[in-house]
Amino acid sequence: MNGDTLIRVEKLQKHYNGGVIKALDGINTEIKKGEVVVVIGPSGSGKSTFLRCLNLLEVPTGGNIFFEGVDITDEKVNINIHRQKMGMVFQHFNLFPHMTILKNMIIAPMKLRKKSEAEATELAMKLLRRVGLEDRANAYPSQLSGGQKQRIAIVRALCMEPEVMLFDEPTSALDPEMVGEVLEVMKQLAHDNMTMVVVTHEMGFAREVGSRVMFMAEGRQVEEGTPEEIFDHPKSERLQTFLAKVL
Amino acid sequence: MDFKSKFIANFIDDDRWKYIWNGLGVTLKVTFFAVLLGIAIGVLVAIIRSTHEKNSKSMRMGFGKAVLAILNTICKVYLTVIRGTPVVVQLMIMYYIILADSRNKVLVATLAFGINSGAYVAEIFRSGIMSIDEGQFEAGRSLGFNFVQTMRYIIIPQAFKNVLPALANEFIVLLKETSVVGYVALQDLTKGGDIIRSRTFDAFMPLFGVALIYLIMVLFFTWLVGRLERRLRNSER
Repeated sequence: MNGDTLIRVEKLQKHYNGGVIKALDGINTEIKKGEVVVVIGPSGSGKSTFLRCLNLLEVPTGGNIFFEGVDITDEKVNINIHRQKMGMVFQHFNLFPHMTILKNMIIAPMKLRKKSEAEATELAMKLLRRVGLEDRANAYPSQLSGGQKQRIAIVRALCMEPEVMLFDEPTSALDPEMVGEVLEVMKQLAHDNMTMVVVTHEMGFAREVGSRVMFMAEGRQVEEGTPEEIFDHPKSERLQTFLAKVL
Repeated sequence: MDFKSKFIANFIDDDRWKYIWNGLGVTLKVTFFAVLLGIAIGVLVAIIRSTHEKNSKSMRMGFGKAVLAILNTICKVYLTVIRGTPVVVQLMIMYYIILADSRNKVLVATLAFGINSGAYVAEIFRSGIMSIDEGQFEAGRSLGFNFVQTMRYIIIPQAFKNVLPALANEFIVLLKETSVVGYVALQDLTKGGDIIRSRTFDAFMPLFGVALIYLIMVLFFTWLVGRLERRLRNSER
């Protein structure tokens, strides 16, 4: 159901060197089903660390993360099960270079969700058609452009039919002319009601697609609100200076 | 004596070719099984070492971490000792001390060379695993694969391709290194040639003959690996 809480973050902390470096310093937030939360902020503000904590690629040093009501920071929780429902897209695509595009997409559903090859392939081809890359199914990642790779990375994650998609600066490593095609896929995804958490520098995307924008600096959430509140009526000085630089 | 009569004296008379032939069999047998043992030990040690390297910082204190630390220490001692001492000495220790009761010299040599080679293969594999971009590992884990599955489906296949040239080199070295098994009186190819030399008092024929056979084996093996490398590369672009 739309509006139900999917992820709840409480007092999330990530400290290095015994607290000397505070990458995350007490983040509290709730991500509801169907929401598109866009995280913005200067580099080094901890926004990527925050995102990577959500599926425990970074292990937090304090606080709790509840995913579908389960505290995934609990040691006894098998995180692999929960990660299957949290798709992730990386800045550098991270496609598997030794597999074809199709294999990239079907290996996880086949090995982890025990789908048959035919079943997994059917979904993969459907998704490939949606992003207009069905003719590249048997190509290898090295034969694709950056924009194509990122679109594949998105549909690879979708093949696991996740509850939420995490995007870690998905357009930062792309040539400018390829940014549009990736954002287009993400917009489509938002339109289809996918819950998304997006770390990005694309302010246009944040304003147009985001249902909520979170501004981070120095490991804290400085301001949070609708795109209008954040971009048109920024309250804090920190956010005003940031926006003056990027817009 | 001309070349032909020298050849006959060294290889045909008294069936002396049998020293070469039987010796070649021993060399191949020892090399083949030592390679298998070396890969088995090497992969195991490399996985333990790289698991420790990748996980020890993020792992919480507990039983698993302690076991991993102990295994890692054992592996490090093994690598230090094996790589720090000559293989001939290891062979003699194996023959005269550890397996002093065994009369199966091929077994002794296989164990000595396999254990020796395993140390080098381990470091080759570890460098291959560590050379794979961290993002590959994260992509695997983010899809829900556990550590072992990520290693098996994503990291090791790529690592293997990267280390193939270094691995081939290690096996070429191993094939030639087995020529010291004469130290424990095992009659391999080299020893066979040397026995002929002691009978015919002609060093040229048997030694160059033996050298030529080693060279041909190495060339064949290099060719084989080259083909495998090309096939693996083709699957990527």
